[in-house]
Amino acid sequence: MAAVQGGMSDADIETDIKTEPSTDGFGNNNANDGRVLSASPGSGSSTGSNKQTAAVTPEDQQTLLAVLQFLKKNKLIESVEILRREAGLPENSLDPKATESAGAGSGGAAGIVDLEGGDVSSLLSRVTGSSSAGAQAPTKAVAEDQPDVRVVLSAYSQQGDPTLYEVYYSDLKKFIETVLDCHRAELSQVFYPLFVHMYLELVYNNHESEAKAFFEKFSGDQECYYEEDLRVLSGLTKKEHMRGNETLLDFRTSKFVLRISRDSYQLLKRHLQERQNNQIWNIIQEHLYIDIFDGMPRSKSQIDAMSGSLAGEAKREANKTKVYYGLLKEPEIELPLDDEDEEAENEEGKPKKKKPKKDSMGSKSKKQDPNAPSQNRIPLPELKDSDKLDKIMYMKEATKRIRLGSDNLPSVCFYTFLNAYQGLTAVDFTDDSSLIAGGFADSTVRVWSVTPKKLRKVKSAADLNLIDKESDDVLERIMDEKTASESKIMYGHSGPVYGISFSPDRNYLLSSSEDGTVRLWSLLTFTCLVAYKGHNYPVWDTQFSPYGYYFVSGGHDRVARLWATDHYQPLRIFSGHLADITCTRFHPNSNYVATGSSDRTIRVWDVLSGNCVRIFTGHKGPIHSLAFSPNGKFLASGATDGRVLLWDIGHGLMVGELKGHTDTIYSLRFSRDGEILASGSMDNTVRLWDVMKAFDDLETDDFTAATGHIHLQDNSQELLLGTYTTKSTPVIHLHFTRRNLLLAAGAFNP
Amino acid sequence: MADREERRFAEVSRESVRLMAEGAGVELGDDVAALLAEDVCYRLREATQSSSQFMRHAKRRKLTVEDFNRALRWSNVEAICGYGAQDALPFRSVKEGELFFVEDRDVNLVELALATNIPKGCAETMVRVNVSYLDGKGNLEPQGTVPTAVQSLSDDLLKYYQQITRAILGEDPHLMKVKSVSHDLEQLNRLMHMVKSLVQNPYLYLGSYVRSLVSSVMYCILEPLAASINPLNDHWTLRDYAALLLSHIFWTHGDLVSGLYHQIVLSLQKVLSDPVRPLCSHYGAVVGLHALGWKAVERVLFPHLPAYWANLQAVLDDYSVSNAQVKADGHKVYGAILVAVERLLKMKALSLSQSAEGHAGAHPGSVVGAVSYRVNSPGLSPPPEPLSEAALGIASHLQVGGAGCHWEEWTPVPLPAMYCELYSFFGDSLAVRFSTGPGFGTHSPCTPSQLSNSRKEPPGPASNLDTTRKMPQLTANLNISPRQDGSPAVPRASSMQRSKSSSSCSRQRSAGLSREVFPKARFTSPQTTPPAFSFLIGGRQMGQRCQGRRPFQTMFATTPPVSAVPPRTYAHKLPVIGRVGKPVRRWTCSHYSLHLPLLCVCVCVSQTV
Repeated sequence: MAAVQGGMSDADIETDIKTEPSTDGFGNNNANDGRVLSASPGSGSSTGSNKQTAAVTPEDQQTLLAVLQFLKKNKLIESVEILRREAGLPENSLDPKATESAGAGSGGAAGIVDLEGGDVSSLLSRVTGSSSAGAQAPTKAVAEDQPDVRVVLSAYSQQGDPTLYEVYYSDLKKFIETVLDCHRAELSQVFYPLFVHMYLELVYNNHESEAKAFFEKFSGDQECYYEEDLRVLSGLTKKEHMRGNETLLDFRTSKFVLRISRDSYQLLKRHLQERQNNQIWNIIQEHLYIDIFDGMPRSKSQIDAMSGSLAGEAKREANKTKVYYGLLKEPEIELPLDDEDEEAENEEGKPKKKKPKKDSMGSKSKKQDPNAPSQNRIPLPELKDSDKLDKIMYMKEATKRIRLGSDNLPSVCFYTFLNAYQGLTAVDFTDDSSLIAGGFADSTVRVWSVTPKKLRKVKSAADLNLIDKESDDVLERIMDEKTASESKIMYGHSGPVYGISFSPDRNYLLSSSEDGTVRLWSLLTFTCLVAYKGHNYPVWDTQFSPYGYYFVSGGHDRVARLWATDHYQPLRIFSGHLADITCTRFHPNSNYVATGSSDRTIRVWDVLSGNCVRIFTGHKGPIHSLAFSPNGKFLASGATDGRVLLWDIGHGLMVGELKGHTDTIYSLRFSRDGEILASGSMDNTVRLWDVMKAFDDLETDDFTAATGHIHLQDNSQELLLGTYTTKSTPVIHLHFTRRNLLLAAGAFNP
Repeated sequence: MADREERRFAEVSRESVRLMAEGAGVELGDDVAALLAEDVCYRLREATQSSSQFMRHAKRRKLTVEDFNRALRWSNVEAICGYGAQDALPFRSVKEGELFFVEDRDVNLVELALATNIPKGCAETMVRVNVSYLDGKGNLEPQGTVPTAVQSLSDDLLKYYQQITRAILGEDPHLMKVKSVSHDLEQLNRLMHMVKSLVQNPYLYLGSYVRSLVSSVMYCILEPLAASINPLNDHWTLRDYAALLLSHIFWTHGDLVSGLYHQIVLSLQKVLSDPVRPLCSHYGAVVGLHALGWKAVERVLFPHLPAYWANLQAVLDDYSVSNAQVKADGHKVYGAILVAVERLLKMKALSLSQSAEGHAGAHPGSVVGAVSYRVNSPGLSPPPEPLSEAALGIASHLQVGGAGCHWEEWTPVPLPAMYCELYSFFGDSLAVRFSTGPGFGTHSPCTPSQLSNSRKEPPGPASNLDTTRKMPQLTANLNISPRQDGSPAVPRASSMQRSKSSSSCSRQRSAGLSREVFPKARFTSPQTTPPAFSFLIGGRQMGQRCQGRRPFQTMFATTPPVSAVPPRTYAHKLPVIGRVGKPVRRWTCSHYSLHLPLLCVCVCVSQTV
């Protein structure tokens, strides 16, 4: 950060940036869970930088003290002790105050702060802007359930003349309209965050009518993709409403990030200083994060491509971490040339036999991908014999795979759910396309066999005792023929099932529900094995890792959790999104997790460290589908805005925009060899896109990579290979079989 | 509330809040109510916003009560029970109190519990798979029942489509194609009516769909439908109607189907020249040709007639019982040919006279006998009947534009020669018919005497046209022709009888439908008058008819070109009309259904005699 902004003369901003991450951590951690702090401290620091260790350490200590203070106030003496010991703070750092506060009661809290002086109050006063307000803040905060909320809101308590807000704003507007064209687009980015903050300030200070007038006058100027947020904002006219409003808190707790060229920024700064426009200047300093870069100002289209998220664009540093996007080396598996295989091959003719096999083996035995993580970066489960058999099956199928391309489109099979009056909410196929599972709004999970093979339960324990365990077909014998049926229903959830995922070995099924649990079901007994409780709010999505064992879930509580099937508590908590996490996907190498959110950003998290390694902004609506390309290099995302965006994970860049859908995209899937992307949408269509072309057209010069300023061509129509309509069935799931037949699924909606 | 006027959201008014409070037994002050109202509004909006999230995740477009309840539950508010039903809630108002409430009907649980009709449980949820697209193209029947073409329609058109299909097909969604309903005349009739309404809909641009419409109409005209096996089925009417439709399509959408004209003529010709085809197909072909205008008749039917006549004659001459049905069909065809030919002659004479009229100034002495094809351009011939002219105009246009080279090879047969030939087939019945045409066309009152004499001078009334100087020539020609050609005696004799008996029969069951008349006619025929009188009666008949028709004729002139009155009504009201060139659109039904049975009756008479 220092390197980037080294030339910046303004000291205010410098310090502001430094302190920012700690606030972030403070707010988030407290809001979520006390455990977060100790479990994954990385989540807080991920948003900022660890480079300036010297500057950060005292800040951390302040944060700790604030937390200690809070715990003490709530009589959590033990926790205080533990935390203090862990942080290595001297015992007397709090003790004298503790006794004092016990004597003075609630009124003494202010006194504590005063005594603390440089520690807690300085932290808080930085946010509030005036020391007197800061002194009161903690007392209130302690009394409230959500101390951080109050602290954050009180930042607005600084008074300006409410009638002048309009003047300030229109003055700035006039200025920006008169600057050179090249700067105008960049500076126009300031409008939206300024507008929101000024409006909220007015509301907070009880200037209701002024706030309304302000809103009326300037809301029309904002970019159309903020419409949704503006609607929420316009409903908010009272100070009381601000408390507990999530959208608002998101806006407050995070800084709106703008990317502006140095020239444009200087222009703005000079103007504001000349005009003595302190109100606006304060807001810019306190609530905006201006990421200044050297070089040409960006064009309007460049800005529009990247903006739209709840908290502005991603900071450039946020996407600088190295991501090991390569695939893991497949374990060597001897392809047994068993007789059966031989015969099958013979039918097709001898010469064909050897070649494809050599190729498939050849690619596997290549050297390790330089971009791949080390094999044991994340401990993966051992391969079982059955897994090896499955791998062999996979390879066999892969040799028969149809090579897709722009001139060779896949066939589409549609799985229609009929009589799904109870509301189909989620669908998943097994990788070998033998089973299909549906999650329903009536809390049931149903599994169907789509092959002639029926679903059977394992026999009861008593019956199992009678089986000859030495026999060769013991796996067949344990199944109870009497229970064979085409479908099974599993009961257990107490709310709609929003996410569903098969384990790669087809023995388990995961489902996430509105009731706040994720359940693991056995597909041998068709019973629930575990209910993972951790999300206390609806869980919108869950997915198994491609290697099994791990799974990820994300929901309304804005955190994604990484679990292992044999742990009842999460292994990692990924926190940082500003709104609900709507979809979660594992990277093919299982080392990363991507999450899409209603805050209109996509984040990629490192499973090992729990850090956020990528933030992608550009969508203008909540993201409802994600898909990694099979080679792990790219990510596709679909949102309610009907657009599919393509991202280069390694460079952290947007590389394509696919326009065509007219409604929410609920499903995305790459073909097995990554040539074609299929997208399924609420508009009752499946569209196929030539993503190879999109990736090839990409100009990956160093400058683009360095600045992140992309030029997107509008070539959606060229990339669109086909549009396939259903009659009245929204497409909510897509799946490519191992031979590249496209399966689509949805419930018929007459 | 000051901000009342902005109305960005649904708002709960102060009064409502106070009413609610009163209902709960609390008195509220004005300002308290206002504050509460505002807060309630805000909370409602908040709940709505969060409930939309549940909707999105349930992958629905419709917000349900359940979604809203979930949102309430998650914000620690009690959910509202009792509104989970899918159907819309009726919202009623009471005028006096400005009160609105949701109607809540009493449910008689006893009745419900003791009800005998136990509702069926809804069907089991299941997964069905179908291959929607092979290799990314070739849309096999896309899931559901809607054909692909329909999916490209806009919303409005889709609604229209659904309305139509529901209206026509009723509950059965499988009847999407004409072929699949060939056993059901009712359905076919309905389909044809649908086609008609489609064609007549001025707000619908049919574009290339006309082709498919035309092909289904052609199907109805030509195909030996499964329904026609049963003689009781009135498939003739369907064919008539379809033919009428065909001409209508050509008349209204001539620009769209111009390329089709030649194709259709060829296919009709093919059917006609194929002796293996059943007679009903031949009938359809003749009717179709007639529908396409007299030029088509001249071009196709006329040259084919000699060859075809032999076949037909063979059928008609076979008196065996087993042949009865076939013979009846044969009579049908005979009648159709007769009408077509008659019209051909009439139009030909008309065009002749008009072309002569048009060129009278330039070539006063030119011989009209050698008619050239000058009438081609409709602009040159101001028509006496606007409708038939339109059809004619299009037909001629098509001949020139669509298949010009082909048509040029064909040398038109001069009218007299044509008449001779036709007379050789049809004999007197033809002559009688011919005579009426021009008289009708020119509105000239035909006196009975004139008509009675006019058997040997068929175009006599045509002299009422301005071209009096030319007409004697024509008349002379025609006068001579029947005698010259030496037509076979038997057909002539029978034709006389035909014309006689037709008159009597037409009086008896003038309004009858063809199918009903048909069998009965056999019994009535023996009582008819001897053949010797046939002549005079016919003549008298013509005279009466002529006069009777005149008011009708004037009435017709005033009707708008596209009349909504179904042709069938005319057939009932005006039994004896319809021999002559009425507007193309109308003649098909009224004509055939009336006079064809008569003809059949005639033949029966001739047999008995």
